[in-house]
Amino acid sequence: MTEAAGPERATSAEQIELSVREAESAVTPRGSVPKDHGRWAAKVDRLDVQQRAGVRGTNVAGRRLTGPVQGFGKMWQKTYRLDLPGGITPQQAIATWKAHFPEFWPAGNRFAGALTGISPGDVALLDLAIGGGVKLSTGVFVLYADDESFTLMTPQGHMFAGWITFSAERPAAETAVQAQVLMRANDPLYELAMTFGGHRKEDVFWAQTLTALGTYLGAAGAPVSTRTVCVDSKRQWRHAGNVWHNSMIRSVLQTVAAPVTALRRRAQRTS
Amino acid sequence: MQEPAVTMQVRHIADAVAVVDIKGEVTASCEPVLMSAYEEAGGPGTRRLVLNFTGLEYMNSGGIGMLVTLLVRANRQRQQLAAYGLSEHYREIFELTRLDEAITIYDGEASALAVAGA
Repeated sequence: MTEAAGPERATSAEQIELSVREAESAVTPRGSVPKDHGRWAAKVDRLDVQQRAGVRGTNVAGRRLTGPVQGFGKMWQKTYRLDLPGGITPQQAIATWKAHFPEFWPAGNRFAGALTGISPGDVALLDLAIGGGVKLSTGVFVLYADDESFTLMTPQGHMFAGWITFSAERPAAETAVQAQVLMRANDPLYELAMTFGGHRKEDVFWAQTLTALGTYLGAAGAPVSTRTVCVDSKRQWRHAGNVWHNSMIRSVLQTVAAPVTALRRRAQRTS
Repeated sequence: MQEPAVTMQVRHIADAVAVVDIKGEVTASCEPVLMSAYEEAGGPGTRRLVLNFTGLEYMNSGGIGMLVTLLVRANRQRQQLAAYGLSEHYREIFELTRLDEAITIYDGEASALAVAGA
């Protein structure tokens, strides 16, 4: 998920066209309204996105969401954590993180999210630097969001099946912010990639993200702690077929085919 | 981490079946409570664990993650996980997160136990 290249961010004007945004329409149960009403995204079967400028925007539309149950590789829980100055509340930290989420990403990666920040049901389109000048195009779905946390879930074809929860809490005098990933590599190719350098890259990615957030909130230079737990060492071979949706392979093919695709579109416009 | 606002009572229905009655808020902070209930319910002879969500008041994404962890532990012991008592709201969250593909959802305790032959 990493590679330094230069800061990139889809501008706000490019981020307008959102998709499955039924943010405030979380299901109302029979009887009383649950306490978490509006914090969960409404149920979707497949992601429906409209093209946004600034990112390629492929490999997301029509895809299903994938959790750790649907993934292939070993299951990991990784927690990246950073302490902030005492004056910042968890709510302030999360509000800032939501509002400026793409700005804290390492350079070279694009997150084209909603103009309004992070809300349940939003779909963000991602272009991730994977080396060799190729961008991996995929997306994430905002599964849950409240004042002290928000969670992104991945679609088919993403490097991993699972979710990332960004949260803040104040266990003592200081507020701590953390990103916690619960994931399996989505298919055998990604599992190989994660094993041979992918996990390390991901650790660097989220450590840099937290460092950038900490710097913004006045905690420049604060150390990021990383805790990695292998929750399940078994691989789920019944999900090896997930490789069909592999966005890395598709992104490479889309990059290679881009000139031909552009010519074909131009020909269609002129005819 | 906050104090867990949840209680989990274990009922052994038969030799191989146990029900965990969950009351309160299911968040990441209740992991010790859930794992303790699992230790009590999921002995070597237990083949099926049924989670009773009738008393569920609130669940966030941390709670869903904790259920995934429980699922892994149960699968490791070749135990099945089932659930009942979910409101329409929480049933849809199970479907959204696709947790329902691994934890079978029933309308009530009778149907959940009938499958187990308890």
